[in-house]
Amino acid sequence: MRLFLLKNTMKKKSIFLILLSLSVNSFAQEALPIKGDEIFGSMRARHIGPALMSGRVVDLEGHPKDNKILYAGAAGGGVWKTTDGGVTFNPIFDKHNQSIGAIKVDPKSPDQVIWVGTGEIWTRNSVSTGDGIYKTTDGGQNWNQMGLPKSERISSIKINPNNTDEVFVGVLGGLWSDSEERGVYKTADGGKTWNKIFYINASTGCSDLVMDPNDANIMYASFWQFRRTAFSFDSGGENSGLYKTIDGGKTWNKIHNGFPKGKLGRIAIALAPSNSKILYSVIESVKDEDKGLYRSDDAGANWTRTNGDFGLVVRPFYFSRIVVDPKNPDIILKAGLNGSLSRDGGKTFKDIGGGIHADVHDFWFDLHDSNRIYLCDDGGVYRSYDGGSIWDMVKGIPVSQFYQVAVDNQTPFKVYGGLQDNGSWIGPSSKPGGIENRDWISVGAGDGFRTFPHPKDPNIVYSEMQGAENIWRINLEKNSAKTIKPFPEANDPKFRFNWNTPITTSPNNVDRLYCGSQFLHKSDDRGETWVKISPDLTTNDPAKQQQENSGGLSMDNSGAENHCTIFAVNESPLDQNIIWVGTDDGNVQVTFDGGKNWNNVTANVPDLPKNTWCYFIEPSSFDKNSAYAVFTGYTSGDFKPYVYKTIDGGKTWKSIVSDDIKSFVRNIKEDHKNPNLLFLGTEGGLYVTIDGGQNWSPFKNNMPPVAVHWIALHPTEDALVMATHGRGVIIVDDISPLRQLTKEIIGKDLHFFTTKPTKMAESGSFGGYARMGEFVGENPSRQANIVYYLKSRHTFGKMTMEVFDKDKQKIADLSPGKSKGINYVDWNYSLKPPKVAKGKTIVSGGFQGPTVLPGTYKVKITKGNKSYENDLVLIADPKSIHTTEDRILQHETAMKLFAMNEELGYLVDQIDHNQTQLNAILPSLTSSKLKKQIPIAEISNNMETLKESLVVLKGDNYVGAAEPQLREKISGLFSEILGYTGRPTNAQLSSLKVLDKKLSEARVIMESLKSQINKLSPAMAKAKLPEIKPGRSFEDYKAAEN
Amino acid sequence: MKQKLRLLFAGALTLVTTYTQAQTANEIVEKYLETIGGKVKLATIKSIKMIAKGQQGGMEFPMTSVMEAPNKMVQSINFQGKEIVVSAFDGKEMWKTNFMTMKPEKSETEDSQNAAKSADFPDPFLDYKAKGYSISFEGEEKIEGTDCHKIKLTKKPIMVDGKEEEDFSYYYFDKENNVVIMQKQTGKKGQMKDITIETLMSDYQEVDGIYFAYNVSQKMNGQVIFSMTVDKIELNAPVDAKVFAYPID
Repeated sequence: MRLFLLKNTMKKKSIFLILLSLSVNSFAQEALPIKGDEIFGSMRARHIGPALMSGRVVDLEGHPKDNKILYAGAAGGGVWKTTDGGVTFNPIFDKHNQSIGAIKVDPKSPDQVIWVGTGEIWTRNSVSTGDGIYKTTDGGQNWNQMGLPKSERISSIKINPNNTDEVFVGVLGGLWSDSEERGVYKTADGGKTWNKIFYINASTGCSDLVMDPNDANIMYASFWQFRRTAFSFDSGGENSGLYKTIDGGKTWNKIHNGFPKGKLGRIAIALAPSNSKILYSVIESVKDEDKGLYRSDDAGANWTRTNGDFGLVVRPFYFSRIVVDPKNPDIILKAGLNGSLSRDGGKTFKDIGGGIHADVHDFWFDLHDSNRIYLCDDGGVYRSYDGGSIWDMVKGIPVSQFYQVAVDNQTPFKVYGGLQDNGSWIGPSSKPGGIENRDWISVGAGDGFRTFPHPKDPNIVYSEMQGAENIWRINLEKNSAKTIKPFPEANDPKFRFNWNTPITTSPNNVDRLYCGSQFLHKSDDRGETWVKISPDLTTNDPAKQQQENSGGLSMDNSGAENHCTIFAVNESPLDQNIIWVGTDDGNVQVTFDGGKNWNNVTANVPDLPKNTWCYFIEPSSFDKNSAYAVFTGYTSGDFKPYVYKTIDGGKTWKSIVSDDIKSFVRNIKEDHKNPNLLFLGTEGGLYVTIDGGQNWSPFKNNMPPVAVHWIALHPTEDALVMATHGRGVIIVDDISPLRQLTKEIIGKDLHFFTTKPTKMAESGSFGGYARMGEFVGENPSRQANIVYYLKSRHTFGKMTMEVFDKDKQKIADLSPGKSKGINYVDWNYSLKPPKVAKGKTIVSGGFQGPTVLPGTYKVKITKGNKSYENDLVLIADPKSIHTTEDRILQHETAMKLFAMNEELGYLVDQIDHNQTQLNAILPSLTSSKLKKQIPIAEISNNMETLKESLVVLKGDNYVGAAEPQLREKISGLFSEILGYTGRPTNAQLSSLKVLDKKLSEARVIMESLKSQINKLSPAMAKAKLPEIKPGRSFEDYKAAEN
Repeated sequence: MKQKLRLLFAGALTLVTTYTQAQTANEIVEKYLETIGGKVKLATIKSIKMIAKGQQGGMEFPMTSVMEAPNKMVQSINFQGKEIVVSAFDGKEMWKTNFMTMKPEKSETEDSQNAAKSADFPDPFLDYKAKGYSISFEGEEKIEGTDCHKIKLTKKPIMVDGKEEEDFSYYYFDKENNVVIMQKQTGKKGQMKDITIETLMSDYQEVDGIYFAYNVSQKMNGQVIFSMTVDKIELNAPVDAKVFAYPID
């Protein structure tokens, strides 16, 4: 038997080799020798949040002197700073690891020097990983990595106030594996070099470090023995403990006098800043009656237990922070499910007040007024002004943690996704005035995960909560949600659902829904009926199914550790019988007959450690036997990227990872048009390959290196939509230029990309009512994009961009982008504004030009002595409510008013020209006879009267405005017509006639005044008065700047 | 003894690094000044008059700016035949036109005091030491796909809402061409507080032997918010002092 197997394997191998060489050939896309910024140029991402529910914020840190400044560290969304007491927050750590552990402000140079330790320390299953400690010396504009790159999680940073080059760092370390990086580190040179000054062992990390503000030699360090696996959590052990040093970290002694005996778990420690003898500690221990808050009044020599309420002992791994009022040692706050406050030194507690999200992680007291408190939790940052009874949420920190995102086919398209502890949501991809918090619709409770629109019915959406406790089908129109999860049949075992249960729709059957437990379930009637279409596809390892024992010293059976479950499911878009499944315990399974037979192809994936979580499988849309699979081993401490492609239905797999990828991978998306264009969602941001995976480039334009859990690519808009786990939904609007990049193009000095015809934006409605401090998501550009590739940046000499209409008339001058790589230039497809009459005030019609009609326009770039041309096609929105006739009438009306604006301007110019000359002559008319004979004063006065009826000559641009005259009326109507892209109203069209008549009448009056002047010329000549010269021509007037 | 030696060595090493950095920053700036025309030529500039076109939010408007040593300046735009001063400084007072009334209004006293400290004319890097400015080399970065040296320029401290603050910004020198292609600065007060503006320079052209960026574009969060294209630059043309002064009706 054994011999047979061996032979068989050998035979298989030779077939593999042939297949391998075949697959290598098929990968023989030419590698492109450009990377990163050199490709992307000015292609950029936009953030749409939302910040409505914000996301997990883990650490707060204030400024030692300025109570307006506060820093907030997010679990997966970087560092945010307010300089206005918490009204607005700005991200200041966007180029670096977005998972934050601890922030510390330098006490001597608080405006300049800030330290950030990366790696969240509230070690839930979805926690990310840090990459060391960073320092800024310019208040957060620039950061330098200062070491400890393998620390994974930094719990605390303490700075010697007398010598701020001396910094102590507590490293909690790895969550999923042993690590010798744990312990307490010290630098004496501002971070250039580090020494590990205290270490317990590879499984016990420093969970907190406290420094006595009166004596930097005195420090307290708590150590925690802990470990997570993919299927369990273990908090506590013999090695957890609280230590004290009185010699600046040279020696450390355990200070457990009064603590429970035996194994300990996570230990929180805090010191009262107003009396450094008073310490508080929260202990996780074996016996429930020992757990709780301990207080010491002698700097840690002796401890007494004061309280063991639920709020104090709940989930120590998630809540282990005590904050003491800086002025009163008896007022303390404890992080927890709700957060607890004591005003009697820890004897009794109350839950802090309402208005906050659950799961409080940290607090900050105002420097001057302890009733002003900030807190952070799984739903952002909150402010209280009354000592913690009432809380007000900061609505401008978009650190929402999406697990997944989907898009629909509506216009504008909507995005769907689920969030860590913050439900499931639908939001628009664009909205007049920007995408506001209020524009998001809630479609699920609890932790949200996968949320999909029905492929055809815009009223139906599917969502779920953790562990498939609920799977909902929601009717948006009727506002009803029906629970539709599958249940075991009589002979079925218990279903095992992942915390993040896979549900998905089908690209081939609109009413189909899949759901994965250990089995694959299929419904063809929107979730009413479920059919199990597979055997257990996991390894079904009983050793990994002991979740009721998970947690260590504090039981923690939330469902988050459920294992041996299906995680990835996708049906091939080319064949509904091909379904790919990936499991969290490392299996890749595929069926080619709709689930009758399953092939476990895991063993065919080369160089992949056993049981590595198959996180996502993307069936190709070019070839039904091709698919991409990504794996992650982070739950066993393996942070390597694993990305594979098969072209033979899973028989062979080839790695398409390059050294460019710096972190582990969660998702992959194949382009719809170019099979060599792939997008990779990694724990450290978005990567793109344009050569089938031979080279990968991180995309950094307005894109932080945030964990990208899911990528959707809009089928018609070509928008890449990312579910980030810490910065909400991020969109790159048009990725189509990336499809076109070839070696030939990147060799050209300048290359225009072919762009889709621009659908001209129609006039919008109202929006933009967010107030200061509220996040507003950025809209896509509504303009036409001119997209081109530049071989090198344009720095010397002139470079211009012009737009011409079909008659070769120049209609716009644009400012071209000069970046190496892809450049995007916006054109608002409008003509230049009319030249309006000079008056005392400014009119809105002088700032806008009419929108051009749909058609083909020419764009010309002139760079040095070379020029490049390309067509730009504008089309009417196919979903427009306006007819072609309406649009033409609108355009003609606008053009008519445009001309009237300029004719009026010319009329006023002529009046000014004549008046100037006439008024200059007036003093020469000395005798009353001459005055009578040559009545130019009267003519000038008549011109003034005429001008007063044409244009406002007094008042201001605000409430001092004068009664509008003809210019203001023409301009006003012109603006109205431009503001609506459809048919003008009949009232507007008749108003146009009235105004046109008035303009003609004014011209007649002016002509008559001019002829009066002409008639006077013999008399003037006789009186040796200067001749009145005619003004400039209409053409000259229009061409002149003034 | 060993310990002492090591300390000494470490000290020396720090010294060397600092020295090299200063050298590098200085060399980059020297090369830049040489490239754009040389220090001698730059020092002969007493005034600069610039005629340009500004573009913002789909609008285009004529712009004029006049600068005169040591720190006088006026920048105006023209809307519908009306001259609007966006910013002016006569050496003592800063002012601008109020858009509602079209009348001049003075800026806050501290803004005028800050402007009086500026010694940026004609180039902030010319004789930077003598001006009390300092520079430091901050590494290399890619800007617009182009390898750049990054230099931090720190000027004299300024007052922000009554509090003295550092005044610094970052300049990116194209490694290949030795000219500045970007400056980056974060706003300190009012609506610009905490907002970082990237100012990109291109279309360098020569005027009387000195190179000027004929196109300046400002980006916020990667998006162009303003762009200015120069039509004409005049050096050392006579300037009437009145143009800088706060107009008295």
